[in-house]
Amino acid sequence: MADLTTDFLGIKSPNPFWLASAPPTDKEYNVRRAFEAGWGGVVWKTLGAEGPPVVNVNGPRYGVIHGPDRRVLGLNNIELITDRPLDVNLEEITRVKKDYPNHAVIVSIMVPCEEQAWKDILPKVEATGADGIELNFGCPHGMSERGMGAAVGQVPEYIEMVTGWCKKYYSKPVIVKLTPNITDVRLPAAAAKRGGADAVSLINTINSIVSVDLDSMSPEPSINGKGTHGGYCGPAVKPIAMSMVSEIARAPATAGFPISGIGGVTTWRDAAEYIALGCGNVQVCTAAMTYGFKVVQEMITGLSQWMDEKGHKSIQDFMGAAIPNTTDWQYLDLNYVAKAVINQDDCISCGRCFAACEDTSHQAIVMSEDRKFSVLDAECVACNLCVEVCPVENCITMVQQPAGTVDPRTGQTISDGYANWTTHPNNPDSVAAE
Amino acid sequence: MTSPMTPGIAADRLSNEALAQNFADLHVPLEPHEVRVAADRCYFCYDAPCVTACPTDIDIPLFIRQISTDRSEAAAKTILDMNILGGMCARVCPTEVLCEQACVREVSEGKPVEIGRLQRHATDRLMAKNIHPFDRAAATGKKVAVVGAGPAGLSCAHRLALKGIDVTIYDARSKAGGLNEYGIAAYKSTNDFAAKEVAWLLSIGGITIENNKTLGIDMTLDGLSSDFDAVFLSVGLGGVNALSMSSEDDTCMSDAVGFIETLRQTTDLASIPIGRNVVVIGGGMTAVDAAVQSKLLGAEQVTIAYRRGREAMSASRYEQDLAASHGVKLLFNVQPVTLETLGTSAALVLEYTATKDGRLTGTGETMRISADQVFSAIGQTLATDGGLALDGRKISVTGAGRTSRDRVWAGGDCASGGDDLTVTAVAEGRDAAMDIYATLMGGAN
Repeated sequence: MADLTTDFLGIKSPNPFWLASAPPTDKEYNVRRAFEAGWGGVVWKTLGAEGPPVVNVNGPRYGVIHGPDRRVLGLNNIELITDRPLDVNLEEITRVKKDYPNHAVIVSIMVPCEEQAWKDILPKVEATGADGIELNFGCPHGMSERGMGAAVGQVPEYIEMVTGWCKKYYSKPVIVKLTPNITDVRLPAAAAKRGGADAVSLINTINSIVSVDLDSMSPEPSINGKGTHGGYCGPAVKPIAMSMVSEIARAPATAGFPISGIGGVTTWRDAAEYIALGCGNVQVCTAAMTYGFKVVQEMITGLSQWMDEKGHKSIQDFMGAAIPNTTDWQYLDLNYVAKAVINQDDCISCGRCFAACEDTSHQAIVMSEDRKFSVLDAECVACNLCVEVCPVENCITMVQQPAGTVDPRTGQTISDGYANWTTHPNNPDSVAAE
Repeated sequence: MTSPMTPGIAADRLSNEALAQNFADLHVPLEPHEVRVAADRCYFCYDAPCVTACPTDIDIPLFIRQISTDRSEAAAKTILDMNILGGMCARVCPTEVLCEQACVREVSEGKPVEIGRLQRHATDRLMAKNIHPFDRAAATGKKVAVVGAGPAGLSCAHRLALKGIDVTIYDARSKAGGLNEYGIAAYKSTNDFAAKEVAWLLSIGGITIENNKTLGIDMTLDGLSSDFDAVFLSVGLGGVNALSMSSEDDTCMSDAVGFIETLRQTTDLASIPIGRNVVVIGGGMTAVDAAVQSKLLGAEQVTIAYRRGREAMSASRYEQDLAASHGVKLLFNVQPVTLETLGTSAALVLEYTATKDGRLTGTGETMRISADQVFSAIGQTLATDGGLALDGRKISVTGAGRTSRDRVWAGGDCASGGDDLTVTAVAEGRDAAMDIYATLMGGAN
């Protein structure tokens, strides 16, 4: 049996599945039930400074992009940080951590960009016994208008400064949660590291308007006829988040820096992919908000079975395993030649490969009178579009062409050597491959 | 009140509640969410096989995509552009041997996209809003007579009217609709749909219907030819083939077509007498419609006796299974010999058949089954040919329904070629209309 326990920054948890700072972790009642359901850790819903709590809208907070069967593909929210009093949250955190010593309890914090504000709250959080803090520098709506959340996360200097205060006034691990609403995520990650952070977590939600009501002409969710952008999350954002994770994992300034992966984790496979890209654990929200806490049971059993099948004894065994294979376009092997091959036995003759290739790609698929589809190797550039639009999985495959054979498209003999753009004769900046 | 066990032929075998339930819509309309899920299953195939399989060439992937984006009215327009009786066809088409059989999902997983039900959703939506999405072209001054207000005639008339031609439809019956009105199982056209569809179709304008006018009695083809610029014959098959068997008691013999018509026209299903033991002779859709409805009226035992094997039945496998699921017994390779009466009970003697040297013959071996009522459903025949050349037992046509006589077209069941299906009739009527239009307008130039 694979060992799913994780040690992230010295914080132990029974598995790598943490609930992200969000509505599911807003109170003791939820967090206790989440732990009982199997979640390995929680990041408590973001606490604000002492005083009157923030208020939320009293209309809809969420908007969703649905699949045709109402599957939640992407979720947008305009909820703010916790709207419960600070002392209530702190008391609950204290009780929960005491009762669940082996589960991770992290406290998310967002207070104004002033040293005193952090100096005030951090000792109180420390007193709860929680395992660490996460700095919410990512919330893209509402709080950012008040100079917090993403407004901080978009300025690397602020990140570095606030992280430094946290390290000064708090003894346990500090995780900096990054906003994706930025051009180059490596810069805030490096700033967090410079400020002394122990890890980054990403991504927070993406600025989004999920839909416009074409009758009222209001963005949704609509509050009395007006809408605002929210933060987008759920399965739809996973590719964006994974790319950002990989950039941080590969950048020289941040390589090896612990990462907590967030964004659309819905199944064990999503989690395994994030971990393969270097994450020490993952945080989940939309899946729990869609299916309830029980969904973690599939994640745990699925990851465990896969690790057993692959012979991975612990998360460490495959953590970061995909990073060496994540590279820049310029280093991709231009001598690798593949061609699409259509398995006629599996083909259901829908013609989608033909329509896609004929209309939008390389005119490399021909259709016979009796609806048989075949590939013209002389035209096929192996773009993979036919593979992806084919309704039958694995009916069309990309088959590597053996070295020594001639690619009928280029007329060139396929080399078994590696060659990339940096040395390609068409590259004006190419380095002679002498 | 009688019961299914009451001997002989009797009315009132089932309660009105049971009858209402039995004769409810066979395929209930899809709910909005079901529509979305069903539409999402369409792969939007290139040069889609379902379109090829549709006699009216409806652009099925397009209309399903229109449904999936909640534009069902636009979807209906796509359907009706090709098939003005798309609403009825959605109900009665044997989709299992047409579009849905060709669906690539049928090929790959045995579960086709529910094209028929999606078509019904779209057309129902449009008709519920009483939208008629067609406008007539400017008047051409031409006029055409259509004989027979069934699917072929209505389709032809609508297309002609659309093109600015004035149309008079003559129909022998008191109601328009043809087999849609008189000849389809009641549970396939509930809530007076056939009549509503005709009324909706006529809202294009330019079409006059003359009911109770029979060709050969009330008017002649010569007369119509001189009064109109062209004539389209869509008279259907007005006669029924008779069984060749002996019977001691003709009162229990009837034709399935008449039975189905009675069922469709009644307002009181309980009043229709039905046998305790019913045997339907035949192997087509009419046989299935008669057998299933006999069962639904409360017959205790219903049997379809067909003289050939299952594979030769013209009723689709789906229809066969529909009959079986209603408790109808299917007997193959048997032919009726005689009906014996023994006191109050009657028995049908059936002889087993075999094919020898390519000919179907009786084997001499017989069986007896109880039969208080025997329906004949062994095909229909042309009642009037208008003096036109025939191809076999139907009016001979070439191209888009051209008959042997100048300026006379024919389509639907009365004409040669094509299956005897509503959808085929619609296609033939439409295509003949286009040919008539081209001919008349070409002649004007």
